[in-house]
Amino acid sequence: MILELDSIDVVYDHVIQVLKGVSLQVPRRGIVALLGGNGAGKSTTLKAISTLLQFERGEVTKGSILFDGVRVEHSTPDELVRRGCVHVMEGRRCFEHLTVEENLLTGAFTRKEGSSVIADDLELVYGYFPDLKLSRHSLAGYVSGGIQQMCAIGRGLMARPRLMLLDEPSISLAPRVVEEVFEIVQKLNHEQGVSILIAEQNINIALKYASYGYVLENGRVVLDGEANELRNNEDIREFYLGIAGEHRKSFHNVKSYRRRKRWLA
Amino acid sequence: MFYNEVGQFKTSYRADQALFPIRQDLIALGVFLIFLYAVVPFTFNNFWLNTVVIPTLIFGVATIGLNILTGYAGQLSFGTGAFMGVGAYTAFKLTTYFPEINIVILILTSGVTSAAIGLFFGIPSLRIKGLYLAVATLAAQFFLEWVFIQMHWLNNYSESGAIVAPTRTLFGVAITGPSATASARYLVVLSIVVLLTWIAANLVRGRFGRSWRAVRDMDIAAELIGISLFGAKLRAFAVSSFYCGVSGAMLVFFLYGAAEPNVFDINRSFSILFMVIIGGLGSIYGSFLGAAFIWNLPIIIRLIPLALGLRVEPVYTEFLTSMIEGALIISVLIVEPRGFARLWQIAREKLRLWPFPY
Amino acid sequence: MLDILHKIFVGPFIEMSHAPDLLVQVLWEGFVSGTLYALIALGFVLIYKASSVFNFAQGIMVVFSALTLVGLIEMGLPAWLALLMTVGVMYVLAVSVERTILLPLVNQSQSTMIMATIGLSSFLIGFGGFIFGGEPKSMPVALLGIPTGSMQFSVFNGHINIQNLDLAAAVMALVMVTTLGIFFSKTRIGRALRAVADDHQAALSVGITLKQIWVIVWFTAGIVGLTTGIFWGARSDVSFSLQIIALKALPVLILGGFTSIPGVFIGGLIIGIGEQLFEYYWGVQMGGGTQGWVAYMIALLFLWVMPQGLFGEKIIERI
Repeated sequence: MILELDSIDVVYDHVIQVLKGVSLQVPRRGIVALLGGNGAGKSTTLKAISTLLQFERGEVTKGSILFDGVRVEHSTPDELVRRGCVHVMEGRRCFEHLTVEENLLTGAFTRKEGSSVIADDLELVYGYFPDLKLSRHSLAGYVSGGIQQMCAIGRGLMARPRLMLLDEPSISLAPRVVEEVFEIVQKLNHEQGVSILIAEQNINIALKYASYGYVLENGRVVLDGEANELRNNEDIREFYLGIAGEHRKSFHNVKSYRRRKRWLA
Repeated sequence: MFYNEVGQFKTSYRADQALFPIRQDLIALGVFLIFLYAVVPFTFNNFWLNTVVIPTLIFGVATIGLNILTGYAGQLSFGTGAFMGVGAYTAFKLTTYFPEINIVILILTSGVTSAAIGLFFGIPSLRIKGLYLAVATLAAQFFLEWVFIQMHWLNNYSESGAIVAPTRTLFGVAITGPSATASARYLVVLSIVVLLTWIAANLVRGRFGRSWRAVRDMDIAAELIGISLFGAKLRAFAVSSFYCGVSGAMLVFFLYGAAEPNVFDINRSFSILFMVIIGGLGSIYGSFLGAAFIWNLPIIIRLIPLALGLRVEPVYTEFLTSMIEGALIISVLIVEPRGFARLWQIAREKLRLWPFPY
Repeated sequence: MLDILHKIFVGPFIEMSHAPDLLVQVLWEGFVSGTLYALIALGFVLIYKASSVFNFAQGIMVVFSALTLVGLIEMGLPAWLALLMTVGVMYVLAVSVERTILLPLVNQSQSTMIMATIGLSSFLIGFGGFIFGGEPKSMPVALLGIPTGSMQFSVFNGHINIQNLDLAAAVMALVMVTTLGIFFSKTRIGRALRAVADDHQAALSVGITLKQIWVIVWFTAGIVGLTTGIFWGARSDVSFSLQIIALKALPVLILGGFTSIPGVFIGGLIIGIGEQLFEYYWGVQMGGGTQGWVAYMIALLFLWVMPQGLFGEKIIERI
């Protein structure tokens, strides 16, 4: 296992508890999906891992986070990047006034290897994202959302990570571009051996590429299992994929409502 | 335990949006007002009234003014001192032209001039925002300061360049000038402050307040839902300057008795901004907490060596005060960047949920 | 009425054409104060670029560093050692600011940060005054090896007087602006600085150490402040009143754009020359002392026409 979360609690501002005993594991070279609706706590979980949480007045009050066998919950983000865990934040967050290439280069900030190695890596990233090469000299603020997302992932890749935390890579992208991004992520996983923890609302696509999934609701893990198992799970199908079986759902049938309620409790 | 809202049901939106949705708050405020009106004037001595209570109230009004502009409408301003000055000088000129009209009315009217000037310097907000707008307000600050010094007509060509508050009465009791007692001045100030606070509290929770907050939080979105940005900003500038102007006039007439232009300099603007931020951006009662803290901090710092029987050179006290003040302000910001109002709010939430932690 | 219009629109220009040598002298004075404004503004820009903090303490950092330098020299230290120690003090200041203000207040709103820097300036005023005393001090120019004396040039049948000190200040300002400009655009740290300025959370997420960047930036701003302080102190005195003058960096920045380093230089010149001209040809008739506000009015007029400043980065706003 490259990453192990053991029943962590996260509290913001000392009063708002967001995560309640979340446990999850990412195997080496695996792709794991973290699923759930808005406000379920996906981003918070990722921020807890990358320790970006401390800059938003949040803290891990209970439990432990092991990255590569070392406890990291009181570490710093740059320390984690150095160890090989990169967080690609929600909403892309490219440096708008830097060019695409400069953006990628900032990703190599923690690297000490000298410029020729970094230049090679730059070419490697361009190999995965040919679109980035075309717009390498434009300001990142002006390129399209898809390119920005690729730029953000490429920027993370420049740190040569062993684990990548991807926060909603599909957000506000066209379905075709979403597919494209996920294809590249899968390729990265296969070819570079990068383990991936992906937080997604788009459960359909996330389960297509991931091997294992966790479902978060209200700050708790309510369900986890193999991806194809989850895809065929009746509750998942109904609550997240909107597939209701053969018959149209009638709200007179309160059984499903009760089931949903049991989840949220 | 005492702060338990069980059994207080709201059956209409109106009731839910009331100024004090929880009954205990209303009762507490009532008790506090009775204390301010019936106990303070008779038990506090002149020193307390003159150095602590009256200034806190007066600066509280200026702080509300700036809070409306900065905290509610999101427009940073460094011109508060100058707008206070406009109010003070207007009130002074009005008393010389209309000696027979009641001083309280003149002081409230002087806010109107201040509002007009504020409106004028708010026009650039049509095109610029943020720090850029702050420069426009700095222009107002330095330009008006210069006008106060250069235009001798404003101080009736007095030798010293200062304006002096003449003696005026209300119900036969002197309330301004050298013969007015501290408690008389206190009661008048308190009444004006209560009135203005009540108006402000209602303004910010109503239509105006909603449009200001919308502009503050996301101006483009506010414009898209049909709020006129320019209108909302200008209203904020006008209302804000009105409050600042009244506060400035009260400062001269009810506290200092006389004032020179440097009373309204850039440092005044900064200190009012301090009050707003320490008190809490976008909070009316926070404005008074902030004013009380910032105004009384140097007084307390000066009193400490006295109380300990230490003798410190006056030059050093000034520097020490400045040092400690700076350090304390930074510490308060670190403890709670959103000011006292936020601390109070957290405490209240904890009380409401008591005995549960979250 | 006609008289007033004449005084505003005709008189000053006749005066200028009658005494062109005087005009050149006024322009030069404006040029020099402009470069010094540019230096102060440069300190602001550095910190603003890297931490989006509008550092109101920049003015006091100028005064504080100059005070430290003069104070150390007055204590009998040789000038080079005093200079070195002042640089050390500015480094300690940078580290303490990072530890006590920036780190605990990371992610707070701009107004909170502005307040914190005003708090810092209040602290530094007290601290500097407590240690070195509050009365104005004069900069020991000769000890620091700054050229003194003046040169005379004859132009337009008159002559203008150029202080060597002013010339040195202008050259120094130009050198600093160029060096920092190159540093920002070409180096790894410079790129990281700009990244932090754009989105410091994203910068954190790629492993940029904010703390390191902050210390570098505040230290650099401190050095820029020291340079400003030396030259400004040499022209007048080292005193706390400089703090208010330092606010003129704001209109300078408005003209130059908050993030452009060469723009700062141009902005400083426009403001410096503009206010000298106004004071000399118009202000005196209005009672004088117009330098206090002309800079802000010029900035306001410019803003009206060009809300982004002359060299500002385009504000990228996605809707």
